[in-house]
Amino acid sequence: MDPLMRRAIITGLLGGAAVIHIGLIGMIDAFQSRDTIADVLTLGALLPILIALLIGWRSGGPMRAPHIIPTGRRAVALGALGGGTTGLVITALALFTTTIDVRWILSNASPSLAEELWYGQGAALGSVLVIVVSAAAGAAGAALHVIPGTIARALTVGGITAILVALMEPFVVAVLRNIGLRFLEGIFYAQGGLTLIGFVLVFAITAAGTYAWATRGRETKQRVAAMPPDRRRTGKLVVYFVLTAFLLVLPQIVGSRLSEVVGTVGLYILLGLGLNIVVGFAGLLDLGYVAFYAVGAYTTAVLTSAASPAFSPELPFFGALPFVIVAAMLIGLMVGTPVLRLRGDYLAIVTLGFGEIARILFLSAWAQPLVGGAQGILSVPPPIPFGRDPQSIYYPILFFCILAAVAARSLQGSRVGRAWNAMREDESVAEATGINTVTYKLLAFGLGAAFGCISGALFATKIGTVFPVSFDLLVSINALALIILGGMGNIAGVIVGALVLVGLPELLREFSEFRLLIYGMVLVTMMLLRPEGLLPSRSRRAELHEREDAEDQYEDEAGEETGQPVVTT
Amino acid sequence: MTTIGDPTGVTVQDAILRADKVTMRFGGLIANREVDFVIPRGGIVSLIGPNGAGKTTFFNQLTGMLQPTSGEITFEDTSLVGRTPHEIVELGVGRTFQNIRLFGAMTVLANVMVGHHVRMKASWWGSLLRLPAVRAEEEATRQRARELLEMVGLSRRYEEDWAKNLPYGDQRRLELARALASEPKLLLLDEPTAGMNPGETAQMTELIMRLRDELDLTVLLIEHDMKVVMGISERITVLDHGELLAEGKPDEIRANPSVIEAYLGKGATTA
Repeated sequence: MDPLMRRAIITGLLGGAAVIHIGLIGMIDAFQSRDTIADVLTLGALLPILIALLIGWRSGGPMRAPHIIPTGRRAVALGALGGGTTGLVITALALFTTTIDVRWILSNASPSLAEELWYGQGAALGSVLVIVVSAAAGAAGAALHVIPGTIARALTVGGITAILVALMEPFVVAVLRNIGLRFLEGIFYAQGGLTLIGFVLVFAITAAGTYAWATRGRETKQRVAAMPPDRRRTGKLVVYFVLTAFLLVLPQIVGSRLSEVVGTVGLYILLGLGLNIVVGFAGLLDLGYVAFYAVGAYTTAVLTSAASPAFSPELPFFGALPFVIVAAMLIGLMVGTPVLRLRGDYLAIVTLGFGEIARILFLSAWAQPLVGGAQGILSVPPPIPFGRDPQSIYYPILFFCILAAVAARSLQGSRVGRAWNAMREDESVAEATGINTVTYKLLAFGLGAAFGCISGALFATKIGTVFPVSFDLLVSINALALIILGGMGNIAGVIVGALVLVGLPELLREFSEFRLLIYGMVLVTMMLLRPEGLLPSRSRRAELHEREDAEDQYEDEAGEETGQPVVTT
Repeated sequence: MTTIGDPTGVTVQDAILRADKVTMRFGGLIANREVDFVIPRGGIVSLIGPNGAGKTTFFNQLTGMLQPTSGEITFEDTSLVGRTPHEIVELGVGRTFQNIRLFGAMTVLANVMVGHHVRMKASWWGSLLRLPAVRAEEEATRQRARELLEMVGLSRRYEEDWAKNLPYGDQRRLELARALASEPKLLLLDEPTAGMNPGETAQMTELIMRLRDELDLTVLLIEHDMKVVMGISERITVLDHGELLAEGKPDEIRANPSVIEAYLGKGATTA
């Protein structure tokens, strides 16, 4: 059999398996409650279609071994074949659940699942519909390879944005009400999702925007670069001013509930920026980063809370902060010193141990007189003059995030950042080139610790209580995952990573049952498709895309965009 | 065997580096046994010997990447034994590597700027605050790096490219520029022309001699290409099985029967 067709069918079967899986765990059913496009498409119905689309995109794409790039109609046909195969499996699943009752073991394998899979139609019409829709979605996915790259990217971005905007209906509606744009609500949103007009509008606007940026962006950048320096400076200032103004009024715009989410994202941005110094800049894989978060939170609680068992003269938050930072940096050096000789995996395992030690120490009876053991420390005051409500605690978090981002940026482009980079690339050569690797490792640990502990300190005052359970391994993993997802070594990447990995799950609480599944899926997909992260630093990209990058560079020089594949079978 | 005698006794007015009975043991294996070695200031000196003779081990001891089991190494009256590699770079010893070891995912310019690290003064808090002095130093370093790139013959066009994307010969040049950026007095080159075609080799030889003159360097190189060694060196030291076999001017080495037997082979006498 033709290898491309074989691949399309196998990929299609895999897509079918994915649909079976999410169907049987109840995801389709749960997502049925939300509309993507009101009265047209529920989120539950969208899921299998998206999977078929992805399958089509895979089926119609270039093949590595043997190296074949399908073109034109052939690619689209292959996509349709892959998507259609998925559709067949979906039909089989629906037929299965209607004919054989296995609900005693798989509670979601019910006729209602079949009804959802068949778009509420009968078995005959529904089956045909599913197969046709899946094949069409597959063909559309494959078509992304055929049309010019810029258009494909614009369509993808538009589609993803439209779906996200639909998902975030309750929040966007709240925001629109807050800023007095209530009339837009009627145009864009119906109960539970976007209206058809709204969906098309959002899709069209983002797609057009992306396309314009892809085609004109370079030109605009060049125009900006060609401007006289003083004008460029004014331009920059205006951008910063608008951005600052926006960030300052953000809590008022988004309201209390969303401010809470933004605050949590901010804490993780801080954590991410700190860990990014250690892992992204200096290349030291630290899996125990939560230790610094915990030290920051506990030191703050002990120094500021009237309820803390030890230390009675209570300091205000900003009075305590210098001590907190010094304490964390010392701990950073304490952790850093014994692991100086360790590299890679060994370092990761030892730091993992340190993180656990920290948590257990805070929980221990030995430290109870100081930090309260399992009871933790209560009534940590909010930082004066700010209150504890999400809309005002937002400001200190924002302040430290900006401070941290600016600090990280300054370091990155300096002698220090370069030394870290060199160390990450090749430690012994860095040493032989004149870099004191001991000092620079400790510096990375110390500064990373400082960022992490500020995040912990803000966490303590934001929540108002500090318990050992808040500082488990998951915090370290989250922080690491968000910098990997966002783009290791890049500050903007950290922010995007925190928004996606921390912000989105908070917004989609109603699906929290499937949170970890989606989280895992996102990470696996990202690592397969875009291992350098969403917004990678230049060097990270270079590491992971050796061959393509060399090609890209020459394209960049010629000022061209990635064109369509031209190789024939 | 006449040339062996006491090589440190060779009339060296002004030695930049002296190695005295340097021995390196790895467990039961002896990589260097009581090697005596002198480099006259301003000279170009070669270290040759068959594979496994202990040349690179010796290099690594000079640069602090290995600590000699016994013996003494002095650079301008300062002992190098017990010092870390970065301290030795600071004293003024720069090096390149046999198998090119650049910071691949850093730009060409950044590679050279890392080389200058040791001569820069910016502290971490100065960098954090972007003090005017730090920014000025950064700019000066960038300028210096560009000059060095030009000096080794790398085009400006490449400076924002990834180091690892450079053609092989240019990678060698870049490594040289990085080593020069640390402002060394003594430059150690580990097989600078390995893997190059005759044209490139000739260019590299010419470059090394020019750099020595322009930058007041002393150069020690390990080299396999006999044409290069004989053409460039003022003195040659031969190692074999970790021991000093001979030391002398190129002509003397060429004529030395034990060297010929150990290393050069039969054809060398007629070369």
